[in-house]
Amino acid sequence: MTYFFQNVINALQWGSFYALIALGYAMVYSILMLFNFAHGDIFMAGSYIGFGVATGLLYLVTSGFFSLPHWLILVLTIIISMFLTSFLGILVERIGYRPLRNAPRASAAITGLMIGIILETGNLALLGARRLGFPSLIMTKTYEMGGVFVTNKKILVVLVSLGLMLALDQFVRKTKWGMAMRAMSYDFVVVPLMGVSIDVIAPLTFAIGSALAAAGGVLYGIAYPVLDPYMGILIGWKAFVAAILGGRGSIMGAALAGFLLGFIEIFVTMIFPSTLRDLIAFSIVLVILTFRPYGFFGKPYSAKLRL
Amino acid sequence: MPLLQVKNMTHFFSGLRAVHNYNLVIEPGEIHGLIGPNGAGKTTIFNLITGVYTPTEGEILLEGKSIVGLQPHEIASRGLGRTFQNMRLWRHMTVLEHVKMAHYSKLTYGLVGAFFGTAKRYREEGEIEEHSMELLELLGVAQFADQNVLNLPYGVQRKVEMARALAVKPKILFLDEPTVGMTPEELVGMMEVFRTIHKEFGPAIFLIEHRMKVVMELCEQIQTLNFGEVIAEGTPEQIQRNPKVIEAYLGKEEVE
Repeated sequence: MTYFFQNVINALQWGSFYALIALGYAMVYSILMLFNFAHGDIFMAGSYIGFGVATGLLYLVTSGFFSLPHWLILVLTIIISMFLTSFLGILVERIGYRPLRNAPRASAAITGLMIGIILETGNLALLGARRLGFPSLIMTKTYEMGGVFVTNKKILVVLVSLGLMLALDQFVRKTKWGMAMRAMSYDFVVVPLMGVSIDVIAPLTFAIGSALAAAGGVLYGIAYPVLDPYMGILIGWKAFVAAILGGRGSIMGAALAGFLLGFIEIFVTMIFPSTLRDLIAFSIVLVILTFRPYGFFGKPYSAKLRL
Repeated sequence: MPLLQVKNMTHFFSGLRAVHNYNLVIEPGEIHGLIGPNGAGKTTIFNLITGVYTPTEGEILLEGKSIVGLQPHEIASRGLGRTFQNMRLWRHMTVLEHVKMAHYSKLTYGLVGAFFGTAKRYREEGEIEEHSMELLELLGVAQFADQNVLNLPYGVQRKVEMARALAVKPKILFLDEPTVGMTPEELVGMMEVFRTIHKEFGPAIFLIEHRMKVVMELCEQIQTLNFGEVIAEGTPEQIQRNPKVIEAYLGKEEVE
């Protein structure tokens, strides 16, 4: 039984990464009806930006410019990385997607793949092929509760992720920007009449999605402190699967499916050898999609209605 | 000065003449009807005036200023509101959100306010919500404020769309077949809504309509359109007696 709860904790942490990344896929899809295939690499970039911010702050502290407790450096790293990476998202929208807004969907999808490759190889050119170790900002503390071991890092990952998801939910439901995003996901004719421009809403959507991916990247760096330029590919694909599983364009669906995917993967390794993890986990996802082709919260309706 | 004036407007869709030499004068507060068989070009005229299409030829003046070539949202912000034949409601949003969304350009708080919840945001959202509720009450749909539009009866959805269009206090309201598909009871309710709107807000109304009962009771001036051309124009009585109108709707009588 303790073994079970141990895995629940692990699954929550693992699912947090998928959920944070999947949100970005879902948000962009709900507005532009396309998946931003560069999103996994934005996660990678966010992790590297977090590495840079954390290293810089640590350097300033050790050379005596100011003194900060390490937990505060961590908080600042998350916030600053989210802020900086959101501009990367805006840039991707502006350069990659806006010129192709009326182009065939396939061209726009390919744009995402290309931007992804550019980010990976750009990183490779800039920092070389070596792997980087994410600075350890907080000491790992392990708590034991009735035989279940929980580290402070796992608690941090799960709490920060949940907090960000709640904040996003409030933003989308309660603010004018969030309302505009939701309205635009249904209709492109009436919404602009109210003074809402797609040229504002689309970059904003990319910015928020990228900021969430960056938070995921920093948290990932803290939990698994090895960074390499291709770290975003597989996790990005899996988060993409989660976004589909949640229902195309459904924001909360993507978050829940991210956690579900984390649970499936962790619990598969509980029973089977870990080499079979993805094989079995994604077979399960395939079966789920067979019975729920629109995902959990997706609605079958035509994009043509919006125009 | 008329509120809206269209002079000699002609429009071609890649060689096909959709609208020919169309003229229109609407005075402030006037209710003007546009009728005609399916495919006559009524919605095209709406789309031309509201900026969805730019006319091939002709002039459109709103309060004396040309609006030809402006973007739909620019024309909307000058006081032209509209509803749509297929309503275009936002399926999974609530009634109140629809009306609040229409106030978007009046909300001035920025992203900081949105993320951190400044006092300005709460004050502005509060004011807008109050105004939206008043509007919904006026149209008699306030009790549905927190429901998804998708789950509501058709007549209620129509009123929600009307409230959304009215929220920006338009000087002129374009209504594209607002009673299409309504039951007789819903129709009576809708006509009551038209009268309420007109009394409370006093906008001019330009109405596309198929139901003669609605047009004849509400409109002061009616134009009949066929194949993109106005074939008759006048008061409801004049239109009803006009043989061209009867011909366009019922076909020519064969005289042997």
